[in-house]
Formats: sequence, C-alpha cells, structure tokens
Amino acid sequence: MTTTEAPPTNPQRPYRPSVAKQLLAFVRNTWRGLTSMRTALVLLFLLALAALPGALLPQRRLNLGKVEDYISAHGWWGTLLDKLEFYDVYSSVWFSAIYILLMISLIGCLTPRSFDYIRQMRARPVLTPKNLARMPHHRLARTARKPEAIREDVRKQLSGWRRIEREEDDGGYSISAERGYLRETGNLLFHFGMLGLIIFFALGKLYSYEGQVIVQADGSQFCNSGIYNYDSFEAGLRVDGTSLDPFCVKVNDFTARYTPSGEADYYHSNIQYQSGEDLQTGTWRPYNLQVNDPLRTVGDRVYLLGNGYSPKFTITFPDGQTRTQNTQWRPTDQTTMLSEGATKFDQPGITDEAQRRTRQLAVTGVLAPTSFVHGGVLTSTAPQLKNPMVAVDVLRGDLGLDAGRGQSVFEVDSSRVADGRLKQVARQNLAVGQEIKLDDGTRVRFDGVGTWVNLQVSHDPTQVYVLAFAIVMFAGLGGSLLVKRRRVWVRVRPGDEGSPGTVIEVAGLARTDQAGYGEEFQRISERLVTGRKGS
Amino acid sequence: MPVNETLSQYSDWLYTTTVAIYVLALCFSLFEQAFGAKGRRAAERSAQRSLVGAGAPVIEDADVPATPEAPREVGRAERIGRMGASLLVLGALLQLTAIVLRGFAVHRAPWGNMYEYGMTVTFVTVVAWLVVIRKFPVRHLTGFLLLPVVILMFINGTLLYTVAAPVVPALQSYWLYIHVSAAIIGSGVFLVPGVASVLYLFRTANDKNPQRFPKFGPKLPPADVLDRIAYRATIIAFPVFTFGVLCGAVWAEAAWGRFWGWDPKETVAFIAWVVYAAYLHSRATAGWRGQRAAVINVLGFAVTIFNLFFINLVTAGLHSYAGVN
Ligand code: HEM
Repeated sequence: MTTTEAPPTNPQRPYRPSVAKQLLAFVRNTWRGLTSMRTALVLLFLLALAALPGALLPQRRLNLGKVEDYISAHGWWGTLLDKLEFYDVYSSVWFSAIYILLMISLIGCLTPRSFDYIRQMRARPVLTPKNLARMPHHRLARTARKPEAIREDVRKQLSGWRRIEREEDDGGYSISAERGYLRETGNLLFHFGMLGLIIFFALGKLYSYEGQVIVQADGSQFCNSGIYNYDSFEAGLRVDGTSLDPFCVKVNDFTARYTPSGEADYYHSNIQYQSGEDLQTGTWRPYNLQVNDPLRTVGDRVYLLGNGYSPKFTITFPDGQTRTQNTQWRPTDQTTMLSEGATKFDQPGITDEAQRRTRQLAVTGVLAPTSFVHGGVLTSTAPQLKNPMVAVDVLRGDLGLDAGRGQSVFEVDSSRVADGRLKQVARQNLAVGQEIKLDDGTRVRFDGVGTWVNLQVSHDPTQVYVLAFAIVMFAGLGGSLLVKRRRVWVRVRPGDEGSPGTVIEVAGLARTDQAGYGEEFQRISERLVTGRKGS
Repeated sequence: MPVNETLSQYSDWLYTTTVAIYVLALCFSLFEQAFGAKGRRAAERSAQRSLVGAGAPVIEDADVPATPEAPREVGRAERIGRMGASLLVLGALLQLTAIVLRGFAVHRAPWGNMYEYGMTVTFVTVVAWLVVIRKFPVRHLTGFLLLPVVILMFINGTLLYTVAAPVVPALQSYWLYIHVSAAIIGSGVFLVPGVASVLYLFRTANDKNPQRFPKFGPKLPPADVLDRIAYRATIIAFPVFTFGVLCGAVWAEAAWGRFWGWDPKETVAFIAWVVYAAYLHSRATAGWRGQRAAVINVLGFAVTIFNLFFINLVTAGLHSYAGVN
C-alpha cells in the first residue's frame, strides 16, 4: 500500500559514530533501499532483461549441438559469451543474483505490509474531514428531503461499506465510509503466493532429476535403479543417484497412427509397471502410455517422448557361430522416418586382443520403413513400416569400443574410417531376409525391423507446492486488481434561513489507483444526492 | 478426420476480405481523426465531468433533473467515422466467420498453429476495441489501432500462413482450448493499451510543450482518458494472460515432462508478464506514474507482438511445431 518512509533523522550531533553503528546504518540503509518499491521495479526490469538472451541465444540445456555450432561460427565473440554464461542463462550467476535480490526485496516489503494489514483490518474508517471540497471528487447539492430520511437512505445505499456516523455541531451529521479492504488481502496473497512459488521453484531445481532412455518395444524392461540405466541423466545438486525411487517398466508395444499426408496423428504404447510392494510380489500393472498422459508412480513420471526403428541383423561367422542384434537407429526425417545408425559386433571366440581388433564388424547406413529405390539410391516415402529396406556399409577392423572413449550408439568413430583402422568391405541394399556374403565367408543377414520408444523419467518433489502457490497467487491477483479501494463521505445539514431544504455534500477519494473513480463517484453521488437508484 | 478443403478455402477468402475491410475502416477513421471535431469535444466534455469538484464548490439543485444535452449536430467527418465503425463491426463478423470455418475445416480448435493463432488474436483486439469505443468517446482513434492490426494480419496471412491440417499428438489435448484461448484473449486485449499508451505519450508531450506535435497532439483525447483506457484494458488482460501462462505450465508438465523449461516462447511470455507487472507497479510508485508508466506499457506492447508473431521465426523451441519452421 504505502512505501515506508524513513523516520525524521535527529539533528546532527558532533560525535563520531562507532564502527559498529556505521555498519548498522549501512545495513539498515541497504535494507531500506533494497526493499523499496522503486528497487523492486528496477529488479523486475533487470529480470526481464536478463531472461531475454535465453530466448534469443541457443541454450545448452535445450540443445547442446546448437550451442557448439554457434560458438564455432562466432569466433572470439562466441567464446566470450560462453565465458559469461550466456548459453546457460537460467543457471548463471547473474540471473540467480537478480532472482535472489528480488526474493529478498519481496520478503522485505511483505513483512511491514503484513503488519500494516493486520492493523488496518481492525481500524475504523477515518473521520470526515472538515473541508470536503478539497477532496479529488466533490459534490454539493440542495434537496427537499429531510435529513433523517437521507440518513436512512444513505445507510441503505452504502450497505456494503464499512461506515461510521457522527453528529456534528451545526445540527447536521456526517457519514464516513470505506470499502475494498479485500484488495489489500488479495494483494498480500498475490505477493506471498509469488514468494512461495519462487522458493519452491528454486528448491525443485536442487531435488529434481530427469533421465531419458531408449527401450525396445518388444517386452524389454527398464528399471529406475540407478543412473547407469539411463542414456542421459540430468539432476539437481542434491541428487546423487543412489536413492532413486525404485520402479520398473516393461514396454510391450508401440503404435503410431499417421494422417494420409504422413503426419503423426496418434502415439500410444502398452506398458506394464511395478513399483512399491509390487516389486516384492512381482505383480505387473498395465498402463496405456500416451503423449499428454504420463504414467505417474511413486513420485516419478514416465513420459512417451519419441520413437524409432531398430533393424535386426544376424551375422554368421565363418566358424558357424551366429550373433543377432537389434540396435536402435535414429530417425533423421520425422515425416518419412528415414533412419540412420550403426550396429556393432565383436567376433566371438577370439582370445588374442590384437587379432580381435582387426575382426570387429559394424553395419552402418540408412533404414527406410517404406522403401523406394531409384537409381540404386534408397529413400523412404512414408513413416509406416510397410516394406522396409536398408542400405548398408559393412565395416571391418578396430571399432575402438574399448579405447576408453564413449561412442555414440548411432555412429562409428569416423576418424577410424579415415585413417584406415576401419575398412569398408561391402555396400549393398537389403530387403528383409536378404544377406551379404563377405570375402572371408561371413554372412550378414537383415532379419527385420523392431520399434523402440524413448522414455523420459522425471522427478520433481516440489512441483505440487509450486502449483499450490501459483493458485494462491492467481486468486490474490483477482482480488488485487478487481477490487477497488474507495472512500466516500457524506455530510448533511439543514439549509440556512434564506434557503430552505437540506444541504448534502458528498466527497470521494480513491485509495489506490485513481483511474476510473471519476465515473464511479459520479454514479454513487448521484444516487446519494437524489435518493434514486441508478441513473 | 480429413481436412475439409472447401471450408478452409472459404475461410482464407474471408480472411482476405476482412483485411480489405479493415483497411477501408482505417481510411474512414483517419478521415474523421483529421477533419472531425465532434469526438474530440465529446472526449473533452467527459474529462471535464470527471473533474467536477476540483474547483470551488458549486451548489446544485438535486431534485431538478439535469438539463438534457443539446441535440448534437452531425458533421460530415463524423458520419464517415460512424461508417468506419460500422465497417469495423462488419469486418469483425467476417473474421469471426473465417475463424469458425477454419475450425470446422480441421475439426478442432482453430488455433493449432501460428497462422490460426494470429488470426484469432487480432480478432480479440478488434472486439476489445469495439468495447472501448462504446465506453469512451474515442472512435476517431480507430485508425491507430487498425494500423498495427492490419500490418500484423498481413504478415500473418503471408509469412506465417499454414494450410489447414490436423495437429501433432502433443497438441491433442483439452488444454489446447484452455491454455491457448487464455493466451489469445490476454495477448489480444494487451494490444489495445499499447496503442493507447503510444497516443498518451504524444498527447502528454504536446501538453508539456505545445511546439511538439502541434497538429497531431491537440486532436488526441485528453491524457487522462487515454491513461484510463490503457489501465483498464491492462488490468483485464493481465489476469487472463497470467491464467494462460499458468495453464501452459500445467499442460507442459503433462506433455513435455516439466512445467517450466525456459523454452523461448515460455521465456518471452515470462518477460511480457514481468513487464506488465512492472507497469502495474509503476502506477503505485511515486515519480513513475504518467509518462514512465506509459513507456513501460509500450514496452509490454512490443514484447507481446514479438511473442505473438516473431519468436517462432527466430528460434526453434518446443512451441515451434506450431506450423512454421
Ligand atoms: C519486491 C518488492 C515488491 C514490492 C515492494 C511490491 C509492492 C507492491 C505494492 C505496494 C503493490 C500495491 C499497488 C496497488 O495497490 O496499486 C503491489 C501490487 C502488485 N505487485 Fe508488487 N511488489 C513487489 C514485488 C512484486 C513482484 C516481483 C511482482 C511480479 C513480478 C509483483 C506484482 C504485483 C502486481 C501484479 C500487483 C498488482 C498491481 C495493482 O494492484 O495495481 N510485485 N506491489
């Protein structure tokens, strides 16, 4: 409501304040400055300004690859922005600083206002001022009605208002009325709601985690028992990954429906899950997982985020041993689901390390779910699995799987192809059931295609509190903006000797925003002065 | 269900016709603004009425009905202005039909991509303005509102145009109705205070120094009328917009796995929200009322337009599956 004003300072006395006193004064002044309305305004602006680069520059959290491209495309400038945390705006030091200052400022201004509020709620409307003509809204009229009739009428007209009546010396009386106390209630609720929201949002960042994992949609299982089960995992500072909520998910199938023009229309996956006691008893519960409809269990949520195909290859080695793998390949085009990837094999039964490194195989290339071959080039014309084909290179040599460096599951290390450690030994298009025979008698057969889903597991213990405070904030906002705080005074006195009748004087003051009280006062005073409803 | 091509074709034609009608209404209204005197005088009268009591108390007779206002003579410019307003109503009706047809063509809420979103937002702006000119004598300012509306509708119909199509699975949710319609109403209404605040700045500049905008300034309504329009429209749009953002967070939690992830669209909506919160604060801060508040409101206007029409063009985020890429 009101910004606190500094109390009048004592006249200067010629003594030197102690260091402790100076420090105290400094702290007090900083506090006052920080919690003033003007500071809040400036901080709000800074917050908006600081959030802006996050919308315009690529952000690591959202897209790592884009950030790297951007840095390499912009030279020193790109690196400088990186040093200044412009690619991690929302976890940067400067963004957090503004955020925390705003929080302090908010606490600082809410505390005194809450006390004010309690005081005001019990206070009675102020006395009618002597000179009503000085009020921003004022009206003076003469009427034939009797003062007592007017008093009854005013009481009725101002029935929703908090009122106080006083008899005055000249035989008249005055009524002071005020309404709109709910505005301050709403206002406080709004600010407290926002404070709670900010605090729990920040806490959530510490205690939440988010992991992604690809699971074959053929009855394969995923268990939330440790970070290593995930393909990628991001967590707040207070999550060390040792105490995740245990649950398991079994993905039985995945169905996508497409429009005639090839756009995805509907995805769903039948899964089974177990959590809590079910883990002991081995009970599986079914769930139909869909976009917009995550599985919620033991405080975690499981989302269906993406899907793709995994070609299945069987290798028959010269000694008759076979190995089969269906590794996920990644879609490169969402409308045709043309996918690319690399399926990697180790030849079994070779004990000599050096020899083993010359015999590893990789099947890489593209997969077309609805194939179309033109001039030897394979493309896909639709996303559905109608007549899948692959166009593959078979590479032999040292894949570097044990070189100590993490590799993408979707590709081979291209530097090994460049320097000859991996050699291309075949290139061919394969339909389901077809095979390639390599020079050493090894056969590579394309057996068919499976589907995989990309699941995301999210955990955020504070989000319900954030929601609760958001609702409080919104409710408060309604009261704060729609309720108007207004004062009205009515003074009635008998007319003078020469002019019979009653003189009625009405004045008004908007306690909060002035805009629009003019017309409203016009309406109220019209009714009060004439005693007629409406106008 | 397949898209109904015929209905979507009719919708497109109506959209184009609407733009043409708005351009015509704009010209009529500019004529009234340039040559009419009535609206201006009416505005001044109302401003004076609200200032009753500021001077020495005048005693009146309450029991005698106030004298009716003298019959108003209608000038040529005023007649043209009225025709402009009627055209505006006609245009709004056509635009509404275009929106409804689009909805029937695609069998869903007609705001599943940027083009449809822009079409509905501008409709809300026009309707909000029709309400304003019923309550305030500012019809002659219609042209200033229609100028951005027409430009945005043009950009929307060319750069952002998307053929009628069903939406991706993530958008198939009842939240599409709740979240997006709240965002549309909030943003659409926000364009009105933006225009009022720009005019307010011209008017107050002229009030302070009559040398500045000597032709244009005095033809505008008094500053407090413009201020009131800006404030009233903002306090209606702000809670609706807030509701839209909150619902968006609830939806994002169900669809994307987190309720807030600083996606570009989310970020710009947040910035717009903070700017309008700053506007409301500035009106309660000594030394910030008036011109500074109006500048903040204009800033909010700029952010809102950027959020509505351009953020999807400059960055790709989760929201950008809304049609253009
Ligand atoms: C940090 C210190 C803050 C202070 C001292 C403060 C103070 C105030 C005061 C005194 C009002 C009442 C104005 C009136 O009744 O007209 C108010 C209203 C409001 N505040 Fe704050 N506030 C602070 C922070 C914030 C923040 C961070 C936000 C949002 C981002 C915010 C949003 C609002 C809104 C929307 C209103 C309603 C405006 C109105 O009632 O006209 N406030 N604030």
